[in-house]
Amino acid sequence: MTSIAPPQRRTRRQAGLYATLLPPLLWMTLLYFVPIVLLISYSVWRLEAFDIVKEFSLTNFQTIATNSAYRTVILRTVFTALSVTAIDIVIALPIGYFIGCYGGRFRSLLTLLVLLPLWSSYLVRVFAWKIILGYNGVINTALISLGILQEPSSVFLYNQFSTTLTFVHVWLPFMILPLITAFERLPKSLLEASADLNAPPWTTFRRITLPLVTPGILAGSISTFALTMGDFITPSLVGSPSGIMLGNVISSQFGVAYNWPLGAAFALVVMLIVFAGLAIVLKQGALEME
Amino acid sequence: MNGTVNPTELAENPPRSQSKPWFLGSWTILVYAFLYLPLGVLVLMSLNDSTILSLPFKGVTLDWYRLTFGDRAIQQTLINSLKVASSATLLATGFGLLSAFAIYRYQFFGKNTFRIALNLPILLPGIVTGVAMLAYFSDLGLELSLLTVILGHAVFGIPVALGPILTRLTQFPRSLEEAAYDLGARPGEVFRDVIFPYIRSAVISGALLAFTLSFDEVVVTIFLTGRDNTLPMEIWGRLRTNITPEIAAVATLISAASGAIVVMSQFITQEERS
Repeated sequence: MTSIAPPQRRTRRQAGLYATLLPPLLWMTLLYFVPIVLLISYSVWRLEAFDIVKEFSLTNFQTIATNSAYRTVILRTVFTALSVTAIDIVIALPIGYFIGCYGGRFRSLLTLLVLLPLWSSYLVRVFAWKIILGYNGVINTALISLGILQEPSSVFLYNQFSTTLTFVHVWLPFMILPLITAFERLPKSLLEASADLNAPPWTTFRRITLPLVTPGILAGSISTFALTMGDFITPSLVGSPSGIMLGNVISSQFGVAYNWPLGAAFALVVMLIVFAGLAIVLKQGALEME
Repeated sequence: MNGTVNPTELAENPPRSQSKPWFLGSWTILVYAFLYLPLGVLVLMSLNDSTILSLPFKGVTLDWYRLTFGDRAIQQTLINSLKVASSATLLATGFGLLSAFAIYRYQFFGKNTFRIALNLPILLPGIVTGVAMLAYFSDLGLELSLLTVILGHAVFGIPVALGPILTRLTQFPRSLEEAAYDLGARPGEVFRDVIFPYIRSAVISGALLAFTLSFDEVVVTIFLTGRDNTLPMEIWGRLRTNITPEIAAVATLISAASGAIVVMSQFITQEERS
């Protein structure tokens, strides 16, 4: 062990590489990559008389493309995911700015406070909105006691508004956290220089701050967007019965509707949309892995 | 404004100082209120002396907590959840540590692809992982059980654990390792005595993240669970049928317990770094 000849060293390096790389690679291949490939094959198979016909066909994609109800679901899902992302950006920017730039010694405490809600049950957080927005809910009770409403209103729950609001709430920490990091790294000297050159605060924000924190915005956006694209818990608990999303369609095709090939085709649609979003983000260099 | 500035103009318009962050501060308080509003409502509901999980508030009772502690289904599913989360965390952290090491230490063909591929389970929505693994296990003829849930959770746990470990490893000063080798340490000793102490806090936070995500997971679990249920699945079932304030009591207890763990771990890792 004291003197190592180069060839031996190389074989040891090789052994080290195999010992660290192969187990996770094998594990992920057998339990994730193969299942994903299988899912993609399912999407080009078809269901005939409750039997899965394992031949190549584009039947499922034809169904999706020609059925206007399915097209509406796809558009609604993308629209919801985009609006949730946009609203979360608007909410998260100022708080990210505040914690990242003015947090000082309280920065890690403030960050922890953003994180903590994530550790309470996701299901129950969604359900809590039902209690807040419902007929006998917090908002109705408050509005009646203030004399603004005479009787409880049912406009707050089971619609696009309650779905969007709940999504905005449950994914918000995923947007705030990368923004705190981005604002932390922001070189203060640039902001001072800009102020010294008499730039109005808004100009400094638009020309200096925003471009520098864009990677954080994009990183948060891709999480928020992808999480919304695949969710079916929120729409089924607080959404309207006619407001189902792609996640609901997939889960019902793999459940009661029992058409796995069609469900797989929908899952592929979700994957492609998320990949498209990811491609845009990667092009902007947001997920640069240093 | 971009032209030359003459001295008199500069005297009239002194350089702008950064304004006080009043707006940002109040916005931050509002966002915290928004984040914690549902939690506050839940805690309130868990104390409500009413048989339905809704307003009006009819007075304080601890009955729902008493009921929770005596609830066999909650106990059993809690034990299942702890089993699933700890097994999945062990697997995920182990594989995460190995892959972080492979990426940090070695150059190999397709390294970047490997890195992105490992992150796919958290880049793609959970439902994709869920249905893909369901189709796979059913084609293999593997019966769904807590084991298949563990396998599913271990898959998305790997990138979760990998993240913080790899970030910390890339900050590791290589010279320390070289020094250890020069002093005659074996590779195993170098890892145990030099590298691991450096990345320990990252390993803990990665494992903790994997544990809590698994403990709370619903979307993948729905597709992979058999007869035995995890706690979130039990809650999911009850949310759609018999909703009593007991659910709020369960949720409050889980939040308090996991909140305490997170705060504690934060405290430990911070102490270690300073």
